[in-house]
Amino acid sequence: MLRDAALSALVAFGLFGPMIGLKTEVGVAAIELIYRPIAVLIAVAAVFFGRLALLAWKSTRPVAKAAPGRIAGGMAYVGRYLTPIVLVLTITMPFYAERYWIDLGILVLTYVMLGWGLNIVVGLAGLLDLGYVAFYAVGAYSYALIAQNFGLGFWTCLPLAGILAAFWGVLLGFPVLRLRGDYLAIVTLAFGEIIRVVILNWASLTGGPNGMSGIPRPTLFGLVFNSGGGEGSFADFFGLEPSISHRVIFLFYVILGLALLTNWVSLRLRRLPLGRAWEALREDEIACRALGIDVTVTKLTAFAIGAAFAGFAGAFFATRQAFISPESFTFIESAIVLAIVVLGGLGSQLGVALAAIVMIGGGEMFRDFQEYRMLIFGGALVVVMVVRPRGFLSGRTPSVSLGTKRKIGADLMTEGHG
Amino acid sequence: MGAPLLSVEALTMRFGGLIAVDALSFEARAGEITAVIGPNGAGKTTVFNCITGFYRPSEGVLRLTHGDAANFLLTSMPGHQITRRGKVARTFQNIRLFAGMTVLENLLVAQHNYLMPNVINGLLAVFGLGGHGRAERIAIEKAKLWMHATGLTARADDPAGSLPYGDQRRLEIARAMCTDPELLCLDEPAAGLNPRESDELSNLLVRIRDGRDVAGRSSILLIEHDMGVVMRISDHVVVLDHGRKISDGTPAEIRADPKVIAAYLGEGDEDEVAA
Ligand SMILES: Nc1ncnc2c1ncn2[C@@H]1O[C@H](COP(=O)(O)OP(=O)(O)O)[C@@H](O)[C@H]1O
Ligand SMILES: [Mg+2]
Repeated sequence: MLRDAALSALVAFGLFGPMIGLKTEVGVAAIELIYRPIAVLIAVAAVFFGRLALLAWKSTRPVAKAAPGRIAGGMAYVGRYLTPIVLVLTITMPFYAERYWIDLGILVLTYVMLGWGLNIVVGLAGLLDLGYVAFYAVGAYSYALIAQNFGLGFWTCLPLAGILAAFWGVLLGFPVLRLRGDYLAIVTLAFGEIIRVVILNWASLTGGPNGMSGIPRPTLFGLVFNSGGGEGSFADFFGLEPSISHRVIFLFYVILGLALLTNWVSLRLRRLPLGRAWEALREDEIACRALGIDVTVTKLTAFAIGAAFAGFAGAFFATRQAFISPESFTFIESAIVLAIVVLGGLGSQLGVALAAIVMIGGGEMFRDFQEYRMLIFGGALVVVMVVRPRGFLSGRTPSVSLGTKRKIGADLMTEGHG
Repeated sequence: MGAPLLSVEALTMRFGGLIAVDALSFEARAGEITAVIGPNGAGKTTVFNCITGFYRPSEGVLRLTHGDAANFLLTSMPGHQITRRGKVARTFQNIRLFAGMTVLENLLVAQHNYLMPNVINGLLAVFGLGGHGRAERIAIEKAKLWMHATGLTARADDPAGSLPYGDQRRLEIARAMCTDPELLCLDEPAAGLNPRESDELSNLLVRIRDGRDVAGRSSILLIEHDMGVVMRISDHVVVLDHGRKISDGTPAEIRADPKVIAAYLGEGDEDEVAA
């Protein structure tokens, strides 16, 4: 145990030595190097004792393999009561919450939607996609470009953005289909970066690093939302005092609707042959092939449908912000969405929603501790992976049954290998 | 004697320098159980992998002729089409079930091509279009028949991974049969079964061959080490050793063939032949 801890400390020293130990400061003449041995010592000591504590804690616990069925059952129980509560609290939110909270709600719901979309690809089909943000970007830029060049409104562009993103999903799918596991992850990661870099450099079309602004806002059956009111505005039509918060509330319901649509479609697909084929693919690709399932088509549909929802979310993002730039579509976004899916429990809809609330909502609240956000984020990930390696709400409910549906523990499931 | 269903002509499979299957020719006839036996490493599984499209043979021709005279050249078909159009189903030496899915779900995935003829159809089903509900009911009925035939009815809603070993073997066969095959390829289905379970298995295979008390019938190509099972139920036995066919005939002929005995004695597996 001591040896293990010492080894960890050594690794920590190797890592932290240069990273924490050396600090550059702009001096009078040139950049000066400052040595910080004490800081390194603290960090290494923290790792040493942390590792020791972890090992001690683990050795006191019997091997945690106890009654997965019971845990899964308990989670199903929690889910049955928590889902309606969360749903009602969300739907009524604009009636009791202040503007700040509604804005935060919109942000969280966007990530919930992205999480549910990615869950189709990663949770159901078992394809590890690290470049999901690419489709989000395609959706956002599709809407912005179509709206600005052809003058089409949000509701016309929304399906187009989804279709275009799905198209790119298929395009990405083709070359990477043969790859599995880590290789797939790396290629999708690269794809995400390629899309971003193209957007960044194709300045004549996308405005490059300056982004695109003046993206039209959505309307409600032709009624516009603006602070001035006037002919054809929402406030005028309903005889209300013009207020910008109408638009915020409207956006809130739009994203709530979109997120619920994502949820409905993925829950429904799970019970249909296509969704079942995705899960079968995650469990065992070779067996699928032996049963005459076209693995290529099945994977491509997972990519395409997952991408389409990212495209919808992207179009929403563009219309909400009225401004987009490549900065919003960096790898960290993919990582956050993937973390939401993994933390929530692969394949679990409620888990993903809760993880998004905790990570995005919680993250916003920690804004004051800006510097520590990533630290807390990373720490939370590590803790969850140690305590519940399959995510908080893992396991699955059978898609069909003759008797009563019993939840299947995650220990029997396979994550998929690509 | 049935018409030839599968004809293997001069099949050769090389892995680098290793010749796993060497100019092998044999026929599996419709309505029969054809057994492929041979010591470990003889190339039996490799033959299966060639037939079911997992390997592309280095040389040779694999021809399949259905009862309705439809003809397929398996060597030029993508793997999933061999099952879908060629109607060849298989099981694996080391069981490959969808462990996290229930018995019923496993049997429904096997009917995927019936339930979802194409992607458009699969997407329409999201909106309740395309007659999916009816197809699903029919598929569930068929799954029930096969669960009944394999004694898994009580396990319908249990995850496949939680079943005892013998049940998993039978489930894999039921799953393969749910694809409505003309030829069912079984890779060591009796491995790891106790004598009683082996007997039940022999019984099941004969019923599948004859279409008796089961929901469908299929000719069978069987790889098996349990000579008791092989000798009892096969109509025709092909013996491989080091990738070559050393004997081919009825179980009685095989038992009497000195070359077969020598091959097994060479491997030190005489008790298996004696069985
Ligand atoms: N994918 C492969 N790559 C290389 N060698 C293989 C491969 N598959 C099988 N072999 C070799 O081919 C030979 C026959 O194997 P196999 O068909 O599995 O035998 P059996 O099923 O009769 O026990 C063995 O020597 C095995 O090592
Ligand atoms: Mg073998």
